[in-house]
Amino acid sequence: MDFLRKIFEETGKFVEKGKPLSWAYPVWEAADTIFFSTNKQTSKGPHIRDNMDIKRTMFFVVIALIPCYIFGAYNIGYLNALAMEIERGIVGNTIFGFTYVIPILIATFVAGAICELTFAIIRKHEVNEGFLVSCALIPLTMPPDVPLWQVFIGTSFGIIIGKEIFGGVGTNIFNPALTSRAFMYFAFPTKISGDKVWAVGPDGYSGATALAIPANPVEYDTASNLFSANTQFDYSTLNMFWGLIPGSIGETNKLLILLGAFFLIYCGIASWRIMVSSVLGLVFTALLFNLLNYLTVDGILQAGGFPNAMLTITPLQHILIGSFLFGTVFMATEPVTSSHTNTGRWIYGFLIGVLTVIIRSINPAYPEGVFLAILIMNMFAPLIDYYVVQANIKMRLARNV
Amino acid sequence: MELFNSESKKIVSDPINVNNPISLQVLGICSALAVTIRLDQAIIMTLAVVFVLCSSNVILSLIRNYIPTRVRIVIMLSVIASLVSVVDELLKAYLYDMSKQLSVFVGLIITNCIIMGRAEAFALKHGPSKAFLDGLGNSMGYGLIIIVVSFFRELFGAGTITLPDGGAGYVLWRIPESWYAAGYENIGLLVLSPGAFIILGLVIWIQREFAGVEEDA
Repeated sequence: MDFLRKIFEETGKFVEKGKPLSWAYPVWEAADTIFFSTNKQTSKGPHIRDNMDIKRTMFFVVIALIPCYIFGAYNIGYLNALAMEIERGIVGNTIFGFTYVIPILIATFVAGAICELTFAIIRKHEVNEGFLVSCALIPLTMPPDVPLWQVFIGTSFGIIIGKEIFGGVGTNIFNPALTSRAFMYFAFPTKISGDKVWAVGPDGYSGATALAIPANPVEYDTASNLFSANTQFDYSTLNMFWGLIPGSIGETNKLLILLGAFFLIYCGIASWRIMVSSVLGLVFTALLFNLLNYLTVDGILQAGGFPNAMLTITPLQHILIGSFLFGTVFMATEPVTSSHTNTGRWIYGFLIGVLTVIIRSINPAYPEGVFLAILIMNMFAPLIDYYVVQANIKMRLARNV
Repeated sequence: MELFNSESKKIVSDPINVNNPISLQVLGICSALAVTIRLDQAIIMTLAVVFVLCSSNVILSLIRNYIPTRVRIVIMLSVIASLVSVVDELLKAYLYDMSKQLSVFVGLIITNCIIMGRAEAFALKHGPSKAFLDGLGNSMGYGLIIIVVSFFRELFGAGTITLPDGGAGYVLWRIPESWYAAGYENIGLLVLSPGAFIILGLVIWIQREFAGVEEDA
């Protein structure tokens, strides 16, 4: 450790104010604070004495994501072995998967680091570790066979448009990882539109995702029957929970996502209110749609476009299909872009659940609606907070008359 | 009176750079989003706006002393509308394909805030030569931005660069098939209107950075 300390002290002399290399100070500072806690004192409030600064907070999120990475890699290998009809074993599958995951990860981090460092140097602020979390999240939302240059462009877009133009970490409106995901969804629809399976197979290999099956059924049936009729992948409830289905790299295994959720709640980083309320919102809307479908199919109501197989997806299936859990645990709870008041968090989360089901079920063009729902609610989070605060002020005024 | 003294130069160059109607005043955005899918559309649109804005400024400036203040908006509108109709008919006669592609947006030049704005703010207070220069500067400033936006939108969104000719446009350069074979893809988002917003936003950012404009926080 002394050796490391010495290196940083020696190199630090070159980037001090007034030295020719002073433009590189943010880079030096970022590397220094990864290894050592800073000895800088805050000059203005709030003065909080805690080791959990932004850097450690962000780091815990990255730790919570690591299991998702490992399982994602295994799943890529497993589905590939299934498609190629070969046997590779657990280790072989994981290694095969990592040959796809690691290049995506590198592309993301290179793009993120270039953008972050460029802005840090031009704007003369310190490198903020927010980009580490964004860059750790982005590969998990990508299909395994996504071209790397698209990842590069998408990440740069997310970091610059989603974060830096608003002034950097802490002042952004939209979640940068989701911004880049949404950008890639609309920019490169051939790869990432979500109706084809995301699995690495032989050339021309394709099939329908769990969400695309009820969206485009050959003939009307309930979602559960359509799932069990699909022979290519096992879309049973249990298998969707264990995550051996095609999807984005990090979204499939629900158990690991739940473990990550408990870890983040235990560390006090993510808000459990948002997670619980978004599940409530999803269950509520899904049940409402189930009822609507029941009424239309039995001929009590008559409306255009019904019957719609998407309406028959049960709440449990909605939770297990697609990336709802991943989005709600790791994206919706991002402290900067979510609501800051506790009442606001309930409303914010609930509406994410509601919007997710609405976008999924009503609009067949968008099989997956989680990221759109979260982005929309990101936009409304400050408004919700404003009215929660105003309501509180009014309530207290009324009490004191 | 000298046409190219420093004051006249400033009248022309200011709206192109430091007081650009699109990127600084954020006027005329609707057509800037609508006609920037292809470069040739943007160029023809620029020519149409140059013609309309210069002529309307000169005409209104010539009759400025005879216009009663109360009815000036009506008179401005009728002058601009006549000029727009002329442009529309000319396009229909000589560039029929282009006129079909631009469709209502030529007619909608009439509602472009830049033209009414310049008439109201400049032409009614200055002589015809200055009004002409102001019209030229502002329409060129508008044209510069939409040409830049449409260049990037067409290049990355559709993979071509199209210049205007008598018919459906002359493709100057298109991204070779070998690029697509190597895995290149067009960014579909840029063809949609949100893509235009993003590119326009970036252009505004860069342009303000170069012009050194700081907005009050």
